Amino acid sequence: MNSRPHESAVAHVTGAAKYTLDFLEPQGMLVAYPVQAPYAHARVKKLNFSAALEIDGVVHVLTEADIRGETHIGAIVHDEALFPKLIEHYGQAVCWVLAESESAARAGANAIQVEYDVLEPILGIAAAEKAEAFLTDEFCMTRGDAKTNLETSQYRLAGEVFVGAQDHFYLETQVSLALLDENQQVIIHCSTQHPTEVQTLVAKVLDLPRAQVTVQCLRMGGGFGGKETQAAMYACIAALGVQMTGKAVRVRLNRHQDMQLTGKRHPMLARFDVGYNQAGKLEALQLQILSDGGCALDLSEAILLRAMFHADNCYNIPNIVVTGRVVKTNTVSHTAFRGFGGPQGMVFIEDILARVALNLGKPAHEVRALNFYPLENAITHYAQPIPDVRIHRIWQELLETSQFEHRLHDIETLNSSHPFLHRGIAITPVKFGISFTTTFLNQAGALVNIYADGSVQLNHGGTEMGQGLHSKMQSIAAQTLGISHDRVRIMPTSTDKVPNTSATAASSGADLNGAAVRNACQALKERLAEVAARVLGVPSEDIRFVNNQAFALQKPSEGISWEKLISKAYLERVSLSSTGFFRTPDIHFDKVLGRGEPFRYFAWGACVSEVELDTLTGMWHLNRVDILHDCGQSLNPLLDKGQIEGGFVQGMGWLTMEEMVWDDTGRLRTFAPSTYKIPTLHDVPHDFRVTLLENASHEAAVLGSKAVGEPPFMLAIAVREALRHAISSLGNGTVDVALLAPSTPEVLLEAIENMKMHSSEIGIVKE
Amino acid sequence: MEHFFVTLNGQPRRVGAGQHNTTLLHWIRGFSSGTKEGCAEGDCGACTVAVLEDGHYKAINSCIALLPSLAGLEVWTAEGIAAQGLHPAQTALAAAGGSQCGYCTPGFVMSLFCEYHQPTGDETCFSGNLCRCTGYRPIRDALQSLEPADPTNTFELRKQSAPQKTMLEYSGFSRPTSLVAALQEKAARPKAQFIAGGTDLTLQITTVFKSLPDLISLEAVPELREIAETDEFFEIGAAVPLSNLEQEFRHKIPLFKELFPWFASRQIRHKATLGGNLGTASPIGDAPVVLLALDASLCLSSLDGEREIALKDYFLGYRKTALESNELIRCIRIPKAQRIQKMYKVAKRGYDDISSVMGAFAFQLERGKITSVRLAYGGVAAIPVRAYQTENALLGQPFTRASINAAQEILAQEFQPISDFRASAQYRQKIIINLLEKFFIESVSSRAEVHA
Repeated sequence: MNSRPHESAVAHVTGAAKYTLDFLEPQGMLVAYPVQAPYAHARVKKLNFSAALEIDGVVHVLTEADIRGETHIGAIVHDEALFPKLIEHYGQAVCWVLAESESAARAGANAIQVEYDVLEPILGIAAAEKAEAFLTDEFCMTRGDAKTNLETSQYRLAGEVFVGAQDHFYLETQVSLALLDENQQVIIHCSTQHPTEVQTLVAKVLDLPRAQVTVQCLRMGGGFGGKETQAAMYACIAALGVQMTGKAVRVRLNRHQDMQLTGKRHPMLARFDVGYNQAGKLEALQLQILSDGGCALDLSEAILLRAMFHADNCYNIPNIVVTGRVVKTNTVSHTAFRGFGGPQGMVFIEDILARVALNLGKPAHEVRALNFYPLENAITHYAQPIPDVRIHRIWQELLETSQFEHRLHDIETLNSSHPFLHRGIAITPVKFGISFTTTFLNQAGALVNIYADGSVQLNHGGTEMGQGLHSKMQSIAAQTLGISHDRVRIMPTSTDKVPNTSATAASSGADLNGAAVRNACQALKERLAEVAARVLGVPSEDIRFVNNQAFALQKPSEGISWEKLISKAYLERVSLSSTGFFRTPDIHFDKVLGRGEPFRYFAWGACVSEVELDTLTGMWHLNRVDILHDCGQSLNPLLDKGQIEGGFVQGMGWLTMEEMVWDDTGRLRTFAPSTYKIPTLHDVPHDFRVTLLENASHEAAVLGSKAVGEPPFMLAIAVREALRHAISSLGNGTVDVALLAPSTPEVLLEAIENMKMHSSEIGIVKE
Repeated sequence: MEHFFVTLNGQPRRVGAGQHNTTLLHWIRGFSSGTKEGCAEGDCGACTVAVLEDGHYKAINSCIALLPSLAGLEVWTAEGIAAQGLHPAQTALAAAGGSQCGYCTPGFVMSLFCEYHQPTGDETCFSGNLCRCTGYRPIRDALQSLEPADPTNTFELRKQSAPQKTMLEYSGFSRPTSLVAALQEKAARPKAQFIAGGTDLTLQITTVFKSLPDLISLEAVPELREIAETDEFFEIGAAVPLSNLEQEFRHKIPLFKELFPWFASRQIRHKATLGGNLGTASPIGDAPVVLLALDASLCLSSLDGEREIALKDYFLGYRKTALESNELIRCIRIPKAQRIQKMYKVAKRGYDDISSVMGAFAFQLERGKITSVRLAYGGVAAIPVRAYQTENALLGQPFTRASINAAQEILAQEFQPISDFRASAQYRQKIIINLLEKFFIESVSSRAEVHA
């Protein structure tokens, strides 16, 4: 369509772009600061804040006594106390101090004495399973007869795969600013992906009708799922402070607090038992997934289901049972993060296939391709047909453009020539289902206002977190109305413009809101066409809108300018404002049966990664990456490429260097960028080739495009598999390599040492 | 004097009393909000600004720079450099699609701004900037698309104004301009703390929320900022910023060339000093390891005179050193004798990470025999240490596979590293041995006369 840079690019580079913390502080604004519990599991016995109230500048200590409405919040189940009596994770906020300055609020928080009854924490999936601490029932998706077929399979392999947590590390931490207007309406500026949920929860806590609460988000400094549910808690605290004091209240977590208080990507453990034949074709799979939900439900159930939905990735497994359950532990309540469980599910099946290939001594890419869904009549293990299987085409193209086979051969020949540097290469596929798997969330609204001078304001329900959603919406509006981008002004997302919105999540922002924007613009266009038809003396169906003009198909030279047309419409008393609405058709899922069609369509992609691994230290470097990804008919190739590259690098961080370490008291030890390492520019290869799949338009989403926010994250699995390949090449390629995730240099060195030991025992050391 | 001036975006601004613990970032955000806080500890770079000093623009982390340390200098932000139209760094980044959420962007812009005006020719200008959105490819493209600086560019011309750090007497933060004055101030205010770049000390304010009530800045003491050379050694002033060393010693001390790209970040290296790295005495500091391998010594000055101490005798225990409270590290002496030198930093990430284990080795061989050897390690004990037992075992031996294998057996017993969130004890133990292995393999492959 076009490759315009992000609509805020100039504002970004000049520092003019405003974020919630940048708004001018309202007069008399108060700051809220948390008192954090030094235990992972404890009962709050006594709270003494008399000393805090004596500190200069401290105004009030917010506690449950201040709540007029509900005391608990949550995305699905309201199981998170704003002021917990039972501490369920280390560092949890017990109460909040309101003060005239941050330093006074902090001093106040330090002066508060809390007495605790310390309880034994449950830490880690295994401990929770043993204690039978669960947040959900067990879910199951099944096809065929895995049990019988496992027994009859020629080969069988069982094992475990664990993937660790990941912090969102958005550069802008959680922040909310709450104000009151003269009618006692609560207005909240909030860095959130889900203004409506913030509005809903604030209204419940404050015991107000939702119409009394307006939530606005201009833009976020990154979200990645971390501001889908997690912003609500701090918005509620700010709103409560406003209700109590009448003064504006700001809550802004510093980096340490943000990392200590907010949920992460779910750690998950998979136990698998797989049966396969001599060729490497999977015949049966039993997969049990246990997800660490942390201390509260949040979105853990939907995230687990998405992990289960993606445990097939691109593979047709005739007999399969996938079960899953969320365990409860004494850590932060884990939450949405780009991919939403999909990455974990996909890592599991890719791990299994890689190890099947190693056990058979076959090239992993051949075993993968052998198991792909067929082009015709493909159907998932939850009974959703896949009408347009694109992986074969992508795979073939990428194998060729990346010269995969040639490079694989080179690597395997040359690896023995260096004493400690070993290269590895892998190709992995991605199939990612698009839609909220909770059906009713798949709706969106828009509001388009045309002013009498022809300028246009565009409101939609989606939020801008950097992904370029506003740019895409602006393009869709401009294209639909046939006017230039500069005539369309994007407004901050606000619940008073578009009500009852869903979160900007599940990669669905452009699909849902784009369709709603188009719907609104088309309604306006129909009205304007009638005006133009009267001017030009032709039927309204012959009117076209292009290049800031309306003209009749028959007489393209005699157009009427956009401005004139709008002015005319105004004088003729034609409404120049329209809402738009969209709901995704034909999707449903029954979670009890584990069957349905939860996705509108699938996005596809594949990635080849080549690494060079130092087998003496476990350190490595990414030499080259080739990606071919399906964005449908891209709405904006520049922005879509940005999502692909950014998603890939974030996924690589998750799988290789971003290690979250909790100690045995449940305390997070990696709560700052000094200890939690996300990728830097150095970690990104100079040779980074990203291509969008051509001729990829499809029917299911707006203007033939496909969602692109999450799917590319999982392309990074190729890096993990390339590392595995480098390690396996220390032996003869027939020895299984198990890897923890993240595969830090330490994890890799252990796998290297195991490989060396094992290979020397069976006499296949390569020198 | 209860005030000083800092020039922000071309406009001199008076700073009144009581700001000795105010960070530059906090102060800047009082005027405009374009500069962001991402972490408040100098690890993400969102707060990066450019400081014009001595005719150079230096990117620094404004979140951990104390405002008085900028007294008399010029500070530029992403907003300021755009006042007369987009700067080439801004144009390049915007055009490349180098911003998504935009929160890190002002920091990247200022790193790129400094690279434009002070080209280094590599990518390390971004070693202290984190972006969570883009995957960095477009940011790298923006860097590669930069044309050489236009000599008529306002900011090029401005380099000639060359503001410098001068004497500052400000309550809670003084900046003496001679070594004697610094030592006298310390004698007069025994509880005062010396501060140089402050890249470690300032975290007490920004992450632990303590105050540093009385500071003596060493950044304008000329004796501490000298670099000298004799026939036998290099002498490096303790308060020379590491980025100056990076330039100066690129070709003179091979280990420095290896060290600096991996030592913290560009922003930190503009402020941090060897004296600070030695003074803070962290067991995981990288510079001490290299300096131990180079057999460096320290000149410690007090009002009573000066003494020289070998670095190997300087570290006494966890964060304890031989430095007396009335003393300052004046300089670091590094013998010039040429040897086989090599260092290895092992960490989870390349740029801006703290070592799990750091090893630096120096060997001297004569007719194939080891006549001198120093094996220095960081991250393996409470202090940066040398592997004396292993060194002794190697001394006088031929530089062969057999000698190395024998040495590795001793090395395996020499340290008892601990487990922490960076690495386990077992991993560290393996790395200690494997680094010597790596060193041997690399040395053999580069030395024809040595045979395994």
